Amino acid sequence: MNTDINTIVLNLDILHYSLGGFALLLLLLVIILAVKKGGGGAGGAGSIEPSQLQSEQAQQQNPVQEKPPQFNETSGDSALQLLALLQQEARLIDFLEEDAKTFSDAEVGAAARVVHDGARKVLHENFSINPIRSEEEGTQLTLESGFNNQEIRLSGNVVGEAPFTGQLIHRGWRVSQVNLPKVNPEHELSLVAPAELEV
Amino acid sequence: MFSRFTKGRSSKNDTDNSEKQKPKQASGEELSEAPAATVDETDKSVGDASQREDHDSPVDTGIDTNNEENTYAVGIDLGTTHCVLAYMPLAGGALQTLPIAQIKDPGIVSEPSQLPSFIYLPHEEEFSDSELRLPWAQQDEVSQRKIISGEFARAHGSKSPMRLVSSAKSWLGHSGVNCKEDFLPLDAPDEVGKISPFAVTQQYLSHLAAAWEARFPASPLDQQMLTITVPASFDPLARELTIEAAQSIGLHNAVLLEEPQAALYGWLHKQGENWRQQLQVGNTILVVDVGGGTTDLSLINVTESGAELALERSAVGEHILLGGDNMDLTLAYVIKAKLEKEGKKIENWQLQGLTHGCRHAKESLLLDESLSCVPIVVPSRGSSLMGGSLRTELSREEVLNTLVEGFFPEVDVTAQPVRRRRAALTKKSLPFAQDPGISRHLAAFLSSQQSSPVAAPSFVRPSVLLFNGGVFKSEQLADRMLGNLNNWLSAAPNEGEEGAAELKVLQGADLDHAVASGAAYYSHVRNGNGVKIRGGTARSYYVGIESAMPAVPGFEPPMQAYCIAPYGMEEGSQADLPEEEFGLVVGEQACFRFYSSSLRKEDSVGQLLEDWQEGELEELEDISVNLPAEGKHPGEVVAVHLQAGVSEVGTLKLEAVSPEDGKRWKVEFSVREEALAEA
Repeated sequence: MNTDINTIVLNLDILHYSLGGFALLLLLLVIILAVKKGGGGAGGAGSIEPSQLQSEQAQQQNPVQEKPPQFNETSGDSALQLLALLQQEARLIDFLEEDAKTFSDAEVGAAARVVHDGARKVLHENFSINPIRSEEEGTQLTLESGFNNQEIRLSGNVVGEAPFTGQLIHRGWRVSQVNLPKVNPEHELSLVAPAELEV
Repeated sequence: MFSRFTKGRSSKNDTDNSEKQKPKQASGEELSEAPAATVDETDKSVGDASQREDHDSPVDTGIDTNNEENTYAVGIDLGTTHCVLAYMPLAGGALQTLPIAQIKDPGIVSEPSQLPSFIYLPHEEEFSDSELRLPWAQQDEVSQRKIISGEFARAHGSKSPMRLVSSAKSWLGHSGVNCKEDFLPLDAPDEVGKISPFAVTQQYLSHLAAAWEARFPASPLDQQMLTITVPASFDPLARELTIEAAQSIGLHNAVLLEEPQAALYGWLHKQGENWRQQLQVGNTILVVDVGGGTTDLSLINVTESGAELALERSAVGEHILLGGDNMDLTLAYVIKAKLEKEGKKIENWQLQGLTHGCRHAKESLLLDESLSCVPIVVPSRGSSLMGGSLRTELSREEVLNTLVEGFFPEVDVTAQPVRRRRAALTKKSLPFAQDPGISRHLAAFLSSQQSSPVAAPSFVRPSVLLFNGGVFKSEQLADRMLGNLNNWLSAAPNEGEEGAAELKVLQGADLDHAVASGAAYYSHVRNGNGVKIRGGTARSYYVGIESAMPAVPGFEPPMQAYCIAPYGMEEGSQADLPEEEFGLVVGEQACFRFYSSSLRKEDSVGQLLEDWQEGELEELEDISVNLPAEGKHPGEVVAVHLQAGVSEVGTLKLEAVSPEDGKRWKVEFSVREEALAEA
């Protein structure tokens, strides 16, 4: 994931890595959504209202009356901001809105470079990203009981009791810091790319 | 518009500030006080763990919470292409760079550690006021004209170059123009409302000061130890203009430092006490500083004072307008020519993208030797990215031929930069270096510094090398430069003697931030901590005197040069009072031609030069003095001496002194009107 796409021999099937670029971007979006959820959750935990507390106590007394869990709506603001950055630096919306079928692999590949270079810049400038696991992918790993099941997901023959031993398929990514630019409250975030008129 | 730092500052005292600070400390990270434009920070929380980190880290609170001894050593690198501010607590602590809030895009404010030195003068209809607001209070918004500085100015200015001001600093160092005249951008029609190089400097400084105040409201910038860097090649007027710009926005505490010296201070700071093991008495350090727009050269000697090592700057090079940006542009032209051979037409806007692409491709190629070529894509302007983009490649060969051979050619130490005769210039322009060969400029610098031609080739033999500037991140360019120097050194100075040893390269310098860090460290040193580089003026100064001879029609009377300031005057010192008296007419402006020399280091005050080698003396702006009529009759002739001194901040000051009563008048630098018309 960290390899520089420029170092790959040029005659490598160009479509493959433009697909790779797609995957990277999709992953990026997934990460962002995950980040948003995490953030919302943290905010919710910090602001428990007294009425909620009471109802929780009531719950303990009377477990039959269970309330459905609350889910937080994420505000779209930082998603819009990120989208604007990805359009500005990486031309992401242009890229995704164009019909790739009508262009040759070379053309798609050339455009993918713009997207890759720009998206990478956005990623590195605005997020600090580290792998969750420091081990090499492919190594054997044993998880003791009580491991953090949000940090690491089990797959395959998930039976029996911990410790679980298996092969590390993906190291995972954790965003340790978000450093998005500040936004003026009067700025219309939905205008992710203004039209341009050359006079 | 630049006056706001002068207002209300002096009335604040420390106790006021610290009281103001207390509630802020309690409430943790509160961004700004009421009068500042509010800027939302979009949701920053990333789960519990990292949020806790955010609270603990002082960098992220965005505001200085230390309300005790709020004094910092601050350094400002006012670069041709970037400005950087570095600081460290005077009491000791880590050296950091200041995040500088700037418009990234209308309505969006980012905080990178550099402020690109670009100004965009927008059209009234182009942006709304609120979109250009920065996260600090702007005084008197109605009369304030819209000026964008920094990242967005550069990005948007590349699309509307007519309204973009760049390289203003180079104009400051360019004699023959009035730097307080509003003439930038040069090619803009008058309706754009031009701005002077001086005002541009004020603008960058007040932007940096505002960014500082937003972060350290309890420690205003005018109360810190502040150093601003200038190129070593800046003449007295350019230095004076820089300090005047700082003072005009209330920064009366600023002093000047030459950039190559700052780079060495940056290295000294990184080494700590270790530097004494790495340098020896007798070493001559060559500082090669290739920035974005200029190349600056200096020699610094390692000497002994008492039992301690001391540093002494012995020579500075000419002002060479040649830097990393030229390299990227050159590559872009190489690629453009290649594409045009293939029958593709390159529009102007594509050249911008090409330059940008070349910069990145160049960096990849010079860092990774296994790459043979790197693709460059110039994205379309319209929304069709796959259909409208232009793809090409930059090969290793092209980079090496263009950059290594073009800018760092292997030359002999006797080489001189090629100077074409300039075609008659009909309008103002910057004197860009005509020869891109940095090696030749360096050879000429080293050769010119050896005044006694004992043996050919004679030149100053440095023993230690310090690189500065992002260009030298590429090892191949640094190696070529080093190889060249070592070739020159290995040649025997005289028959039967051995060549000098290879250069020792000072390691561990931070190529991008060394100047700002070094300037901050110098502020710290000025406070009495650590070794100070002794330097003084790198030039001697002369006034022109017309020789007394009968008028010959068609011939200008030959000029003689009368030395009024010797080489090596330290800050805060004054030259001897010269004997020569000049008769000045009361109530009229008297002008003198003014010269400097970086080569004649032995001349003393009062020496009269009847002739000199070509290139030995350089003519500067005229100097002029206006004697007020107070108590004297207009038209009366008064005898005065011209005395030079160096102020505490590092600018040259000239005064006319009356031998009768010791009265003093300030002598000003002035731009000759004809020079303006010619240039």
